[in-house]
Amino acid sequence: MDEYRLRMIDITKTFPGVKALDKVQLSVRPGTVHALIGENGAGKSTLMKCLYGLYRQDSGTIEIDGKQVEISSPNEALKLGISMIQQELAPIPYMNIVNNIWAGRMEKKGIIIDDALMLKKTQKLLSELEFNISPKTIAGTLSVSQLQAVEIAKAVSYDSKIIVMDEPTSSLTDAETEHLFKIIKRLKSEGRSIIYISHKLEEIMEIADEITVMRDGHYVMKSSIRDITIDGLINLMVGRKMEDRFPPNEHIVKEEISLEVQNFTSVNPKSFRNINFSVRKGEILGIGGLVGAQRTELVESIFGLRPIADGKLVKYGKEIHNANPKEAIKNGFAMLTEERRATGIIPMLSVFDNTMAVSYKKLCGNKIGLIDNKRLQKYVDQVVSNLNVKTPSTKTPIENLSGGNQQKVLICRWLLANSDILILDEPTRGIDVGAKYEIYKIMRKLTSEGKSIIMVSSEMPELIGISDRIMVMCEGRQTGMLEASAATQEQVMSFATTSSKTSRKSR
Amino acid sequence: MNSINRKKKLNEVLLDNALIIALFAMIIGIIIIDPAFFQWRVVTDILTQSAVKLICAIGLMFTLLLGGTDLAGGRQVGLAAVVCASLAQDVTYSNRFWPNLPNLPIIVPILITLGLVACIGLINGLMITKLHMAPFIATYGMASAVYGINQLYFAKKPNNSQPIGGIKNSLTVLSRFKIGGQISIMVVIAFAILLFTWFVLNKTTFGRNIYIVGGNAEAAKVSGISVTKITIACFVIESILVGFAGILEVARTGGANSSYGNAYEFDAITSCVIGGVSLSGGIGKVSGALIGVMIFTFISYGLSFIGLNSNWQLVIKGVIICTSVALDMRKNAKK
Repeated sequence: MDEYRLRMIDITKTFPGVKALDKVQLSVRPGTVHALIGENGAGKSTLMKCLYGLYRQDSGTIEIDGKQVEISSPNEALKLGISMIQQELAPIPYMNIVNNIWAGRMEKKGIIIDDALMLKKTQKLLSELEFNISPKTIAGTLSVSQLQAVEIAKAVSYDSKIIVMDEPTSSLTDAETEHLFKIIKRLKSEGRSIIYISHKLEEIMEIADEITVMRDGHYVMKSSIRDITIDGLINLMVGRKMEDRFPPNEHIVKEEISLEVQNFTSVNPKSFRNINFSVRKGEILGIGGLVGAQRTELVESIFGLRPIADGKLVKYGKEIHNANPKEAIKNGFAMLTEERRATGIIPMLSVFDNTMAVSYKKLCGNKIGLIDNKRLQKYVDQVVSNLNVKTPSTKTPIENLSGGNQQKVLICRWLLANSDILILDEPTRGIDVGAKYEIYKIMRKLTSEGKSIIMVSSEMPELIGISDRIMVMCEGRQTGMLEASAATQEQVMSFATTSSKTSRKSR
Repeated sequence: MNSINRKKKLNEVLLDNALIIALFAMIIGIIIIDPAFFQWRVVTDILTQSAVKLICAIGLMFTLLLGGTDLAGGRQVGLAAVVCASLAQDVTYSNRFWPNLPNLPIIVPILITLGLVACIGLINGLMITKLHMAPFIATYGMASAVYGINQLYFAKKPNNSQPIGGIKNSLTVLSRFKIGGQISIMVVIAFAILLFTWFVLNKTTFGRNIYIVGGNAEAAKVSGISVTKITIACFVIESILVGFAGILEVARTGGANSSYGNAYEFDAITSCVIGGVSLSGGIGKVSGALIGVMIFTFISYGLSFIGLNSNWQLVIKGVIICTSVALDMRKNAKK
């Protein structure tokens, strides 16, 4: 047997105007977890798409078990024993889990589809992986983490020699991540190779055996995980020294309370109830908890996206009502949703339009809404340069920007709208380390200007590193409030699991 | 509290089945106005009138399930009718389209016609998959071209755009022969196609793949399903089905002219939508297409039966289309 299960040699791929990959190397041994890291735009996903037959490399060769192979479609990749968990989860929304998993290779009796057999196999697969989901659930009704579970089950079901996992934990809680790691270890012990792409370096240190670092479409280095540290990795990824992962907290929180949330209760009895908290001027309030803690539901209700059964909002001493997002915006609220692609950016429109989206009416300077681009350009230029958005021009479609820069444009959008209470739901999901730091810096800058931030985050280091205080939720209830400077991951975790433990006992 | 809940549930049930309820209310209303409506012949008439529309609706459904559409559907019915009729005239008929054509067995014109429309479907499929054109505009262009070609062919000497008649018995028998003196063979054929389509869509990999591609083409691709093949296959099948509908129109009317089939695709699409087929793809049942077509035929037949002004019929048709789609959106919103 060859030393390597997979070798990708001198892979080069050019898109119009960009050299996405320039002579990139990747060598993966059997029975190992090989982490592939690099900032967004480093070319990791492009490389994996070449491997999976979604792109065709311009030059370079791919070898599997020492034999050179040509991969021109996902179908061929699957036949060669390569499967992939996509970064952008793409279920077939109207079909159940069974069909989603076996799409493209249905079991048949003659020409008739054998639904019963597939159902049985799915049940077996899900129970082996200890995923507690009914196989007949329609994919469109699953939560993001359940979808991820389905994707994992699908990748495992191919019985592949090489499994690519592109950001598999981006929407998993810590417990679910542990669960995934258990699965990965099992796959590894069966001799399979896992190519693991993640921005979460702690995870990589825990699960990976070897690591390949990429930067700007180039191969940087390959190393055993034993010979490297997190700080070393960050330096290799960004190509510069990075002293800290979080900007220093200058403790600029004012005494003055900007927003009080009183007794917030959802109309949905399974969602949040009796939530009370306040945010001070210049404060970042983190909201932690597991998936299913109803954090997104809570902040979306504050923003008027979901109805409430009971509750009051008091902003700077005055009671306000956010019956819908329009009123919330008028009241100075801003919201960055969890799903940047689905509910944040307008992909094909320019950076200019995406920045102006909320403020056209307000800034156009006349009553009838005539748009004078020249007049608006200076507003856009100002915020865009203020937040250091990296874009060729403000006319560039936002979909061409990296995730971090897209997120910055969305923050620009709310700055133009003059919002002073910003709700950020998972603000750094799928954003690379370097860009994360910049988002944190922007958050600090905004609070130093007297704005308040409510941030939902599932990333423990981020929650503790950037918040001033942390509210923890569990199954729709508020279970704890911590000063971030004194908080530990264990404390947050214990609050986040409090209510399930007690309710289990009482049952 | 409980009674409120029950009331709410009753409302939901009523709304979910509003179309069927409205249909029955109309049937009862029409019977009250004219008791003669309540007879077996009305049922067989409605079935016979539905046959061609049903085949068109099933055809269009193949494209709708992909999230596509075929605006050339009706014009293909027309082309198929004219081509088939021109080749299936009785040799003794005086105004023959091709005066020197020998006597062909009926299967020959049918196969030539179906082959021709299959090519049109193939071109539609290629435009959509290889040239990445939006189905709406690609097939709209095709509709124009097909109609033009049909007109040119129809105007050929010695026919000079005269209606084609004198169709062979072996073709017209499809509508004239009635099983048990009641149900024409056309109805049987339509329902056979319906059953076969149900089988293909629900029991075969090909059918399941249509739903997968329509639900999420990207997911289909990464699962190793060829979106191109499925799309082209659906457009070819659709063309063959509407082409066959054109042949049955010739059998039913005993002739053809180039305006046959005009706007049939809209009736077919509307029937599908009334029956719950989603225009954005991935959702839809054969039974839905059947119900949609039945409601459609019933409205025009029933309202004519009681002598309602045809303009009022159009108004009622419009209201039914909008209401049914609104109800459907409501169902989707609930999910």
